[in-house]
This record gives sequence, structure tokens and C-alpha cells, in this order.
Amino acid sequence: MTDRLAFLYPEMALFVATCVVMVMGLSRSAATRRATAFVAGLGVIAAGLLAVFTTPQGPNLSPNAGQLLLPWLPVYAKVVMCCVALPLLLVLGGTVDRAEEAAIAAGKAKYDALRANRAEFYSFFLFSLTGLLLTASADDLIWLFLALELTSLPTYIMVTISSGRNRAREAGVKYFFLGAMGAAIFLYGFALIYGATGTTNLNAIYESFGDKGLSTLGLAGVLLAVVGLGFKIAAVPMHFYTADVYQGAASQVSAMLAFVPKTAGFVALLLILSAVGWRFAPDAQDGVWMVNANAASLPEPIRILLWIMAVLTMTAGNVLAVLQNSVKRMLAYSSIAHSGYMLVGLIAGPGDGSFTQNGLSAVLFYLMSYGVMNVGTFAVLAALERKARSADDEPREIDSIDDLRGLWKSYPMLATVMAVCALSLLGLPPLLGFWGKLPLFTAGIAAGEIPLVIILGVNSAIAAFYYLRLVTVPVLEQPDTQSEPLVLAPFKGRKLAGYLSAAGVIVLSIVGNAVMVKAGEAGMSMVSHARSIEPAKNRAPVRPSQPEAAEPAAETPEAAPDAATEDAKPAHGM
Amino acid sequence: MGSTLLILMILLPLVAAGGVVLAPASRSRLVAMLSGVAGLVLAGMLLLVFQWERADAIQHSSSMEWLPKIGLSISLGVDGVSMLLIALTALLGPICVAASTTAITERVKTYYAWLLVLQAAMVGVFAARDLIFFYVCFEFTLIPMFVLINLYGSTNRAKAATRFFLYTFTGSVVALAGLIYVAWHHTQIGGGVAGAEASRWTFDISTLALSARTMSSSEQTLVMFAMLLGFAVKVPLFPFHTWLPLAHTEAPTAGSVLLAGVLLKLGTYGIYRFVLPFTPMAVVEYAPLLATLCIIGVIYGGLICWVQTDVKKLVAYSSVAHLGFCMLGMFSLNQTGISGSVVYMINHGLSTGALFLLIGMIYERYHTRSMRELGGLAAKMPVWATFMVFFAMASVGLPGLNGFVGEFMCLMGTFQASDGWATGSYGVTDASQAIASTPGELGPAFALVAGFGMIIAAIYLLYMVGKVVFGPLVEPGSHAEHGHGGTHAAGHGSVLPADLNTREILTLAPLAILCLVFGLFPSTMLDAIAPTSRAAAEVAQAGRNQLHADLQLRKKARPQAGEEGAIVPASEAKPAEPAAHPTEAKP
Repeated sequence: MTDRLAFLYPEMALFVATCVVMVMGLSRSAATRRATAFVAGLGVIAAGLLAVFTTPQGPNLSPNAGQLLLPWLPVYAKVVMCCVALPLLLVLGGTVDRAEEAAIAAGKAKYDALRANRAEFYSFFLFSLTGLLLTASADDLIWLFLALELTSLPTYIMVTISSGRNRAREAGVKYFFLGAMGAAIFLYGFALIYGATGTTNLNAIYESFGDKGLSTLGLAGVLLAVVGLGFKIAAVPMHFYTADVYQGAASQVSAMLAFVPKTAGFVALLLILSAVGWRFAPDAQDGVWMVNANAASLPEPIRILLWIMAVLTMTAGNVLAVLQNSVKRMLAYSSIAHSGYMLVGLIAGPGDGSFTQNGLSAVLFYLMSYGVMNVGTFAVLAALERKARSADDEPREIDSIDDLRGLWKSYPMLATVMAVCALSLLGLPPLLGFWGKLPLFTAGIAAGEIPLVIILGVNSAIAAFYYLRLVTVPVLEQPDTQSEPLVLAPFKGRKLAGYLSAAGVIVLSIVGNAVMVKAGEAGMSMVSHARSIEPAKNRAPVRPSQPEAAEPAAETPEAAPDAATEDAKPAHGM
Repeated sequence: MGSTLLILMILLPLVAAGGVVLAPASRSRLVAMLSGVAGLVLAGMLLLVFQWERADAIQHSSSMEWLPKIGLSISLGVDGVSMLLIALTALLGPICVAASTTAITERVKTYYAWLLVLQAAMVGVFAARDLIFFYVCFEFTLIPMFVLINLYGSTNRAKAATRFFLYTFTGSVVALAGLIYVAWHHTQIGGGVAGAEASRWTFDISTLALSARTMSSSEQTLVMFAMLLGFAVKVPLFPFHTWLPLAHTEAPTAGSVLLAGVLLKLGTYGIYRFVLPFTPMAVVEYAPLLATLCIIGVIYGGLICWVQTDVKKLVAYSSVAHLGFCMLGMFSLNQTGISGSVVYMINHGLSTGALFLLIGMIYERYHTRSMRELGGLAAKMPVWATFMVFFAMASVGLPGLNGFVGEFMCLMGTFQASDGWATGSYGVTDASQAIASTPGELGPAFALVAGFGMIIAAIYLLYMVGKVVFGPLVEPGSHAEHGHGGTHAAGHGSVLPADLNTREILTLAPLAILCLVFGLFPSTMLDAIAPTSRAAAEVAQAGRNQLHADLQLRKKARPQAGEEGAIVPASEAKPAEPAAHPTEAKP
């Protein structure tokens, strides 16, 4: 029991912060209320630090303590989540209660705890983040389901209260209903997997599929789980909500939607697909897909499903994004497209475990890069607004791409942030987005998915059409003098988040190797390696260092010392 | 020494770009000019320390790890061809700065900063010895060029810039897939060629060039077409040329000069550096098809030039035709042709760059490029007219000027490159009678058709020169109305004399001198690149042998096994390889 707890210190820290924030946000003192965001930030930092120092990882885990499929995943994923959550928190500042707080400050109104939303807003954000972190430490289908729901449920409410407009309410309701449908689908899938294997433990599921093969029932379960999780990552055919929800919600919340549920979805997909394993024979025998020592592919139906999803997701996302005039819709469709890119990494699978050939590491690295660069674009949108026409009016949110016209003239720094982040999202070397895409290319080619990689390349080119507009319109075109002037929203954090994100893009482009090392480790699936060598009956957890060392081909100089240091480290809390 | 110079050549413009941003706008040009001149000095020193007798070897190498986890390092090094192209880049740098003096008056800082960044990226492309670092520089040239066209171009600039960016970006992403496939193939052959290191993931160009040749012919074909898609857009080869006239026409003068002078050479250089050595079998197999595309480019580009009324567009389309010649020489795959192709790259950079400068000077004075509104300018601008005739002649390929050397050698190489010489198809019974004939896929028919391109080139360029330089004086209406009387030009307050001023003459003079030198003493350059082109021709010959052995194996295999189109892996086709395989040529 206690060894399970060792995984949960970051989540506990977040939960404590959530409780504090919930109370502080209701305080009568304006200063205390203002400090809620700060406390939330402290909670996120504490969670990140705890993830680094206390979360057990690596091959010393006992099979009861956590999943052994991707034993290095929790630490990497949690640290990335916390790192991206910080700028997200900065962007979210001032989303709710703006008018109320202004009235209170002007002495026109008294504080009314019933009408204020600040406490809920921040605590829901932290709840969602807690769910996200829990997803990364999941080793059980039920845990996974609960974590995913904890990630999503607060976001439905955050979308709804993010702005006073009816569109936000519509978006929230749409998001909730479609989210519930997605959850129902993957929960059904989980149930079928349980039916096929008799267990909900991911390690045991992996063993069971290995021993008995993947029956039709199990196959149906996995397929449903993948499709259902497609909702979280906004993959075709579960992508329909994306544009409406991103546009309806305030930009700040859209920034979060593009990262938090997507990351949760991908981590869950990584776990589920790792439980199946990239190890199946190309043909089924009597309806059962058996493990083949020489194979490095998912069972064919799952591969085909992911293949179709990836192609449709990339293509639909990019093509529809080209047609948009609203920046938020454009970014929503582009977020769909980026999910499609990452699906390529899932299809490629772990390969020989080296960073260049490991699709899972590529996905994990891409999630980080996407998180960093995507925050920047939304932060620029959130940092700006059109001045209110009259005193009674509210300032108008930036939505259309024309709103950004000539941004360079008034706010050159923000225009630069937009340009850097858009070029990085486009995948222009030498920016971060390119280093994210490159491992997807290499892993795809190494897995023999050459048509898929070509489609990925063509899609990157289509993406250039609309990302280039995000560069030219703010930086190179003349400002539009007709409409109300573009002003800064009175929240400095949003601007700061934009700067942080652009700086992150540039710094990580230069020194991204450290993150790549960690992502490469996090994507290492030791069981699948060991499986190909160890006899099927041996259920003891196996060390990755043996198969790694047995393959002189890849990584020996780098990976072996890494693994050795991991071994030497005392596993915390065990 | 040499490697430091090379690193400095990349770093210096970047530092200077920073300087431009920090310095006051009035000093931007000075900073850019100083950096350009310093770059020229560096290039001169590099030319001196370069050992030309072993020009096919990579010299002045240096390497620094960047992202070792994906096998990426910043490795630099030059061979003869890249050395020459770097020198060309360094030469055009200060010339472009000088040419922008009066043309660019707004957002000066941005302009010079991006011009310098472009300079660094271009040198980076030619100096890169790492595939991904090459790709990074190759792609990064897009951003400065995009900004230069989009902010400082003429009427249609936004469209031109976007089209330029999208075309090139699309092509090169597919090329990247091809290049990565080669890197992956390298990890698969496991110690076959390059020893124990072979199975590690690497993007080192020299290493990959060795292992890439072990790909089967069908693999090579796919990889070649993927790479070609990227480079052919840049060159541009015939069906992919549509971005070029627009971009050239809309770009500011310095932009056009760099586009024609250097950026197009990124494509030809890419083909020389990657397509030839990585996929020799496929190049040999598809040489006739590729040469046909080149010839279509030559003829079609020339015919379009003939009907142009916009002088700048005419020169832009002439680039399509000229680069067609250049690539034709490359695909003849013998030493003459490849040498000619490399010489052509340099010469085209000099003469077409100068033509764009001359047109820019006219545009600054008259604000038109239409041949209907311009005529007989020799009467008013004798110095300009002299230069115009000179560079037009260089471009046409008048013997004695540089254009002739490259064009003649490309055609010569094409003419010789046929197996028919040995088998007697051309009525020559003894192969030794055909002067220096080489095995190849093209031959006299290709050379004959391409030869018409030379005639067309003479027609359109001389027609343009006859109209604009000679004949009755025609000036745009508005110009005459203003009553300047030819003493000084219309324009935004800048005082330009009717004819060229000293600065303008000084920008053109170095190019003119080089045109003359390379025209009269072509051996200076030809000797310098002989080792390089010989090595390239040997690689092609090895590919040819391998392909023939492969085809024979396939023929044998077919009736026995009945496997239609069975692919015989190249590794099984080894027997033909050892004889002529020059794998050790490049250390």
C-alpha cells in the first residue's frame, strides 16, 4: 500500500493547494483573493519538485507498485505537465470575476461570495491538473478511467464560466455531452478488456495478452478504448467539438484545453497500447492474435484503426484550419492536426528503444514541445483585446485573424512571440517544433510506415499555409485603423506567459538534448524488450538493461550508463 | 586555421545582424557593409588555405554536438564545389548591401539584419557536413527571403513571398523524408560499409554517402524522387518553376540578386551533394527523364522570355532556362558535364546577379520595368548600357566571356554521354574515334535539342538589349512630364545621376572583371574543380555498373523463379562493384 502512495506525493501537494485555493478565493480581503493564483502556482511548483524527487521509477519497482510497461513514464510526464501548467496558470489569470472585482475596487459593489467564481476556477484548474498527474501514475484501468474523468470534468465547468457570453455556455454544454459520450465509449472498451483478461491491472493485462493472445473480445475492447480516447486528444472521428469549444471558451481556457486533456489522452493511449504491446503476428489464428517474437507491430486491426485515424486527423485538421478566419478556430483545427502527427509515433511503437526509433519517446517529446509552443499563441490572444466601444460595453476578445493585423506596430514583443510560436508549430527548423517532428519522422520510417511519413510531411506543408498567416498578419501587415484600437488586457501574467513560451521554444531548440534524453528514457518499454528474450512464464519484473546490452546496435554508449544510474538510485518510498 | 575561418564566416554575419539591430538605423548599412567586406576577406583567406590539388576531399572540418540524442551535430567542412559557392556568396554579400543604398529607405534595420542572417544561412548550407544541419540552414534561408520579399518587394509582394515559401517548404519536407530514409538505411546495414560505427544513427553526410549506395535500386528510386522534389523546386526544374518568376520579379533588387545568385544554387548544390552520391543507380536509371525535364525547361523558359515585356521577368525566366542547362550538364554524369554544371552555377550567379542589379538601377530611376516604356537608354546612360551589353553577352554565352564555358561544357558532356558511341550507333565504329566519349544515357540527340536553347537565349536577350539599350530613346511618360530633363531621376528624394554613379559602377565592376577572367582563363576554375567532378563522375559510373549488374540479375532471376519485378537487393549485386567503386575517394 505504501509503495502505491509513493507515486502520489505530487498529486497530494496539488490537492492540498486545491483546498487552500478554494478557501482563499472566497476571502473577503481582496489581497488574499488576489493571492490565490500565487498559491496555486506554488502548489504546481511543489508538485513538480515532488515528482522529480519522490516519484519512484525504473526497473526496481515491484509489480504491485505501479505499471511496468513504461516504468520511466510517470516522472517525465508529471514534470512536463507541471512545467507547462505554470505558464497556463499565468494565462488563466483574470479570466473570471473581472467586472465584479473592478466594481469592488471602485467601491461600487460589495463582495458577494455567491457570485464570485475565482475560488472554483482555480481549484478546478488544480483538480484537472491533479487528474492529469494521476493519469501518468495509473497502473489500472479503473484508476485510469477515474483520472481521465477528473481531468475532464473540471474543464467542462471552466469552459462554461470562462466568459459571460452565451457562446461559452453553449461550448460548455457541447463539450460536456460529447465528453460524456467519449467517456462512455472508452469505459465500455475498458470493460471489454476486463472481460477478455479478467483483470484491470495493466501489467496483468499485458501478461494475459502475451500468454493467451488477443481475442476478439479483447480486440474490440482495445479498439473502443482507442476511439473513445480519441475524444480527449481531439482525433477524427471524435474531433467535432474542438473548434466550437475552443472558440466559445475564453482564449485562456482554450490554451488549457489544447494541452491538458490532450496530454491525458495521449498518456492513456500510451499505457493502453503498451499493455497490448507492439509484438503481434501479422495474422490472426482462429480469431486470436498471438504474440510473435519477431514482430514489432500492433495487432493489425488496431494498427489499421490508428493509421486511418492518424491520416484523417492530420488531413482534416490541417485542411479545415486553412479555411478558418478565426484564429481560435484555426488553432483548434491545428491542435487536431498535431494529434494526428503524434498518432504516427503511437503506430511506430517503441522500435529498438533508441530515441530516434522510439515512437513513444517521440510522442512524449512532442507533447512537451506542443505544450510549450501552443501556450504562446493562446497567450498572445489572451493578452490582447479590442477596446470597449463605450463605457458600458465589455472589451472584445481577439478572435478573427484581422484583429491581429499590424500587431508589430503597437506591441512588437507580442508579435514576435506569435511569430516564433507559429513558426515553431509549423515545424520550421531550427525551432522546437521541428525537433519534435523529426523523431516522429525517424521513428515512422524505422517502423516501415513510409506512406504515413510522407502524408505527415505533406500535412506539415499544408500547415504552412495557415501558420504563415499567423506570422505575416501580425508582423508584416499594416494595422487596421477602422476598428477599435488593440489594447493590452490588464493582466500582466498573460504577456509574461507568452514571453516564457517563446523563450522556451528558443532555449529548448538549442539545449533540447537534456529533455530528449529524459523523453527517450520515458518511452522505454522494458517489458516488451524483455519479453522477446525471457520465457513467457517468467512473471518476475525484468530489467531493461539486459536486452539493452544484448543489442549492441543502439544506444549502448548512452543508454547503458543511464540504466545503471537508475539501478543505483534508491527507489523512493518503497 | 581553415576551420576557424569557416566558422567565422557563419558567425560574423549573425553577430553583425545583432549589431544592426542595436546600432542606430543610420549606421545599419555601415555595419552590414563592414560585415560583408570582412566576409569577403575571410572567403579570400579560405580560398588561399584551401588545398586545391585534393579538392574532392572535405577540408577544414570541424564539429560540435548539438542534439546528440537524435545524432545531430554542427559539422562543417568544404570541398571544391562548396568552396567556390561560399566564395560566390561572400562576393554577392557586400554587393547586395551596396545595391540597396538608395533602394531601401524604410525599416532599414530589419532589412539589413535579415540580409545578414540570410548570408549566414547560405554559407551554412554550403559548409554543412551534417544532413540535418544542412536542412536547418536550407530551410532557414526561407525566413529572411520571405521577409525581404514581403516587406521590400513591389506590388504583388505578399503573394510572391507566400508562394515562394510554400513551394519550397512543401518540396523540402518531402526531401527530408527521403534524407531520413537514408539515415535509417544506414542503421540497418550494420557494419557493412563504414565499420562498427555503421549501425549508429548518424546524419554525417560522408558516412551516409557511403552507406546510401548499398540501397537497392528501387529504394534509391524512391529516395531520389523524394530528394528531387525538394531540390527541383529550388533549382527550379521545369514543372516546379512557377514560383520563380513571381518571386524574382517582386523581390527587391538585392533579393533578386541573392535569389538568382545563390538561393537557386542551393537546389543544384543539393542535387550535387545528395542526389548524385546517395542514389547513383537511380540517377543513372532516370537520367533521360530528368534530362528531358531540363531540356523542356531550357526551351520553354526561353520561349517565355521571348514574349516578355517586363525586363525583370525576362531575366527571371531566363534563369529557368539557364538552370536547365546547368542541370542537364549534371545529369550527363561524366566529368565534362559535371564540371560544366559547377562552372555554370558560379557563372550564372555572376552574370544573372549583375543583370538584376542593372535592372534594379533602371527601376530606381524610372520606376518601371516595362520594355514598352523603356528604349534607347544608351543615349542617356552610356556606362549603364555598356555594362548591360557586357552582361547580356556573358549570359548569352559569348565565347570569351564566362557564360560560354559552362554552357559549352554542359552541352559537350551531354553530347558525349552515350553508350551509343561505343556500340557504333552514331556511325563511329571505333569508340576511341569519338573524342572522349563516355558511357551515359543522354547523347547527341539531347545536346541537339538543348542547343536550340542557346539560340533562343541569344534571340531574347539580344532582342531585349536591342530594345532597351539601343534604338530611339523612350522614357516613361511621367518621367518626362516631371521635366527632370535627364539631369537627375525621379524618386523618393534620392539624387541619382542620369547615368550610373561611382557606387553603382563599383558594385558592377567586380562582377564584370570576374566574368572576363573566367571567360578568358576558364582553366583557373576548371582545374580547381577537376578532382571534385572526377570523383562525382566515378560515383556515377559505379552506380551505372551496379545498375547493369542488377538488371542482369533481375533478367536471370525472372524466368527461373517467375517473380515478376522481384527486387534484387543491391548487396547481392556486389560483383560489379569492387572494380570501379570509388568509395574510398572521400575520407
